[in-house]
Amino acid sequence: MAKVIGLNGNAAVANAMRQINPHVVAAYPITPQTDCVERFAEFVADGRVDTEFVTVESEHSAMSACVGAAAAGGRVMTATSANGLALMWEIVYIAASMRLPIVMMVANRALSGNINIHCDHSDTMGARDAGWLQLFSENAQEAYDNTIMAIKIAEDMSVRLPVMVTQDGFIISHALECVELLEDEEVQKFIGPYKERYPMLDLKNPVTYGPLDLFDYYFEHKWSQIDAIDHCLPVIEKVSAEYGKLSGRNYELLESYKLDDAEVGIVALGSTCGTAKEAVDRMREAGKKVGLLKVRCFRPFPTEQVIKTLSPLKGVAVLDRSATFGGFGGPVFTEIRSALYDAPERPLVIDFLYGLGGRDIFMEDIEMAHSRIEGVVKKGRIDTHVDFLGLRE
Amino acid sequence: MSKQKRAKELVAGGMIVEAGNARDYETGDWRTEKPEVDFDKCIHCFFCWAYCPDSSVNVDPEAGKMKGFDLKHCKGCGICASICPKNAITMVSER
Repeated sequence: MAKVIGLNGNAAVANAMRQINPHVVAAYPITPQTDCVERFAEFVADGRVDTEFVTVESEHSAMSACVGAAAAGGRVMTATSANGLALMWEIVYIAASMRLPIVMMVANRALSGNINIHCDHSDTMGARDAGWLQLFSENAQEAYDNTIMAIKIAEDMSVRLPVMVTQDGFIISHALECVELLEDEEVQKFIGPYKERYPMLDLKNPVTYGPLDLFDYYFEHKWSQIDAIDHCLPVIEKVSAEYGKLSGRNYELLESYKLDDAEVGIVALGSTCGTAKEAVDRMREAGKKVGLLKVRCFRPFPTEQVIKTLSPLKGVAVLDRSATFGGFGGPVFTEIRSALYDAPERPLVIDFLYGLGGRDIFMEDIEMAHSRIEGVVKKGRIDTHVDFLGLRE
Repeated sequence: MSKQKRAKELVAGGMIVEAGNARDYETGDWRTEKPEVDFDKCIHCFFCWAYCPDSSVNVDPEAGKMKGFDLKHCKGCGICASICPKNAITMVSER
């Protein structure tokens, strides 16, 4: 029987980690993730998990220890934020290249500078090309659920890739919510025992991880990584469906909210989707035909599903919580707009950068984005592709 | 180089799953100079065998004889020539 308790996002994920009971966790504290790993360290100290908890001297070492432990043949987890993820960078790519199914919670926080501890997506969006799967969470419940599903997705024999589960720093990580936990045994049964793949500790079958790989094979190895992540979507859907049966909470790659008869759509990731749903409800009451597309799975990007969902619309306003300096809009905009390019009928798409460094987003901001895209649709032309919400320009 | 595999034939993760396959990687074509031994001068002391970083000096341990070089793997570093106490090894240009 599931129980509902009050937990913040960090505690929800720490509890998921406790129930998963990984062989190894190596982590270094960074706000706003610290609270999660601290709670997990308590579970270790209290003997509630069997995990080998490795306290390291930096995030670079944390991810290095995770890579070593996963290559050795263990179920491995970690967590970080912002500059911690940036310091891991080199090894984040290596974890994916070696096809190690590490699961990492990232409490999204703005990258410096200037120094800022609050939420935006610049950390994980920067890591979007590292070869990891990325699941975004709207609230603490989703962060908990995604963490458990991530283990099963990462360890699927056709996937064997690391997964990042994100939650918006402070907004989710430190906000107390009602979270429904599965029973410990249910989680264990769902994820199943860890299946090793070429473990280094198998002394009878020695293997070499990460050898020198030059012009003769590196390209083929990168292709196999591209091919692997491109084929992950059905596994994510299958695991999510199984989890839905177990928990009663159903997850898809994308969540459509009131889009069926909509003329314009808002696209968002993370906690903003909660605000956007409220805003959509309010605009619907005022007779506006608007809906929300929540992107849960950003890597791999569910291109076909995005085309199918968004191409019937007349206009789309994308909300990006990170900047790509010098690029054409934020990372979500680039993906969405590019996906729609070949669609026989496609909406006009504009981008809004918002919420950098934890700047609040209000329902009025989303209504503003809606009225802008409504205007663009009426005019049939885009004058400004990329604009800002909540900025004093 | 042995026949190159296609991407779909490779082990995911770029790892090497069989031991002792370094000899399949023929590094001899990295060489610009190759060693030549003058057996009239060679005293079969095995210094070249002991110093060679690529295990590319062939010897017959039973007979106690130096037999020449494995040119499929020798990278032409010249350590054997520099260490030879009788100057029996000479590095000669490949061209």
